[in-house]
Amino acid sequence: MTANAERGAVSHSKAAGTLRAQALPYLLLAPSLIFLAVLFALPFAQTLLLSVSDGDRLSLANYAKMAGDLNFAPALRNTFALVLTVIPVQLVLALAMAMMLQKVRVARDIVLWIWTIPLAVSDLAAGLAWFAILQDSGYLNSFLYAVGVIPDQQAWLSYETPSTLFLGIAAAEVWRATAIVLMILVAGVQLIPREYGEAAEVFGATSWQRFSRITLPLLKPSLQTALILRTVLAFEVFAVVYALGGRNFPVLVGEAFVWQHENQDYGVAAAYAVLVMAVSLAATVVYLRALRVPREQQA
Amino acid sequence: MIAARRLVFATGVVALCVWVLLPIYLIALGALGGRAAVYQWPKSFLPMEASLSTLGAFLEVEGIWHAAINSVIAAALCMVFSIALGAPAGYALARFQFRGQNAYRLLIMLTRAFPLAMLALPLTVSFIRLGLYDRPLGVALVHTALALPFAVLISSSLFMGIPRELEEAAWVFGCSRLEAFRKIVLPLALPGIAAAAIFAFVISWNEVFAASVLTVRERTLTAYLLTVLSESPVHFRLAGGLLLIVPSVAFIFAVRRYLFAMWGIANR
Repeated sequence: MTANAERGAVSHSKAAGTLRAQALPYLLLAPSLIFLAVLFALPFAQTLLLSVSDGDRLSLANYAKMAGDLNFAPALRNTFALVLTVIPVQLVLALAMAMMLQKVRVARDIVLWIWTIPLAVSDLAAGLAWFAILQDSGYLNSFLYAVGVIPDQQAWLSYETPSTLFLGIAAAEVWRATAIVLMILVAGVQLIPREYGEAAEVFGATSWQRFSRITLPLLKPSLQTALILRTVLAFEVFAVVYALGGRNFPVLVGEAFVWQHENQDYGVAAAYAVLVMAVSLAATVVYLRALRVPREQQA
Repeated sequence: MIAARRLVFATGVVALCVWVLLPIYLIALGALGGRAAVYQWPKSFLPMEASLSTLGAFLEVEGIWHAAINSVIAAALCMVFSIALGAPAGYALARFQFRGQNAYRLLIMLTRAFPLAMLALPLTVSFIRLGLYDRPLGVALVHTALALPFAVLISSSLFMGIPRELEEAAWVFGCSRLEAFRKIVLPLALPGIAAAAIFAFVISWNEVFAASVLTVRERTLTAYLLTVLSESPVHFRLAGGLLLIVPSVAFIFAVRRYLFAMWGIANR
């Protein structure tokens, strides 16, 4: 009887123990989940609500105001033009750099570190660095003057030179954000077993064939991650643009900032935010479908 | 022939290094050269009269120190929050099999594929009501939402790298789960956790949009620079840029090893 009771007590405490062990992972996740609910889900819902409310009633007035604004069409055009120019260049450049890195024998670590320095640079600081180069009495003009290409200072970033302003911003973006793509791709390349390439080499594959038939398909998960992350961030382009062109080059997030901070019209700012979110989400879905990873490759 | 190809290859590598380093060199040159260098035409590409005096003068401008201190406070808070919230989640993902695990991973991925800084816009209203507006704490909370996914992923990959057997051995010898974690796992994970913390610090230090939206007087350094951009002289702007670059590059240099571990795991 006593033995039985004892055994009962033991199994009871054991059950409590396993129950606690089962609850443990949830308890560990709970703080981060609560945080994300309050600072991710809630403001997300608020943004949606704010964008469709006009005083107390629902309306699309904010969207109408946004679309009717003089800067809206250029902002939309500029943002898309930047994304569509910068992302392909970054992808090709980062892929080339990742492949080159495999062949670097001397000082590989140093090269890799130098190439990933821009990862640490704020977009505002990157914009300012390129401003130092491209401003009227800047280093690009000094160089071109020294080699005799231009007779005097030449404006690149002004309102009258929209195409060079665009190129300057694109260059700064490529400079700043290629590093993150490179880093993700290098990490992905390290996961590809060397034997695959070696086997292909034995069977006489050229280096281009090895790249296009082996490395590229196996890099798909990394490419997907890199493209999603980069594209979402590219649609948020803002500080680089302000540092280089001020208000001369409207972009979507810049307009959201102006409506919020200067015009104090939170509804229109929210409409811009929803637009940026929708565009980012659409891009993510496109990448997920276009670069679908086969099941056997999901580790 | 092979020698020629080698040369082309080496030139390419060096050219890409120059491409990365040149803008940083030039902003430093402009920032340290002072007023004279900024208006010099054509400019010299060598540090002729570089001195710390401009940078010193820049730091004496009203508000810069205050903004820098606000930036440090926000970044430090962001660092603490992301680790306090992210490391336990990372441990759970690394050590347990449980229902909802994949849903949680998906949520973390989702936050990464989302323009999070935009969420600062509606938060302005609630933060004003809660007394968090225009305070480094409020900025730090939004930055934590940005840094948390990375903290979770880095720490989960860290804990996965520490053999479970070590912990189990400690249980056998009578350690409780908490003791085993504190005495065995934590010391091994600490360098990596520090790396994740530094990464969170840099994310916050560099962030511009949310910081500018959520502050008016208690601006962070990025918010301060953004607002004075149009009215400050060129050499001050460059000095501000340099001030932003130097600490974060130094920090990322310290943790470079862990960044690859993070992306390697994050893709799986």
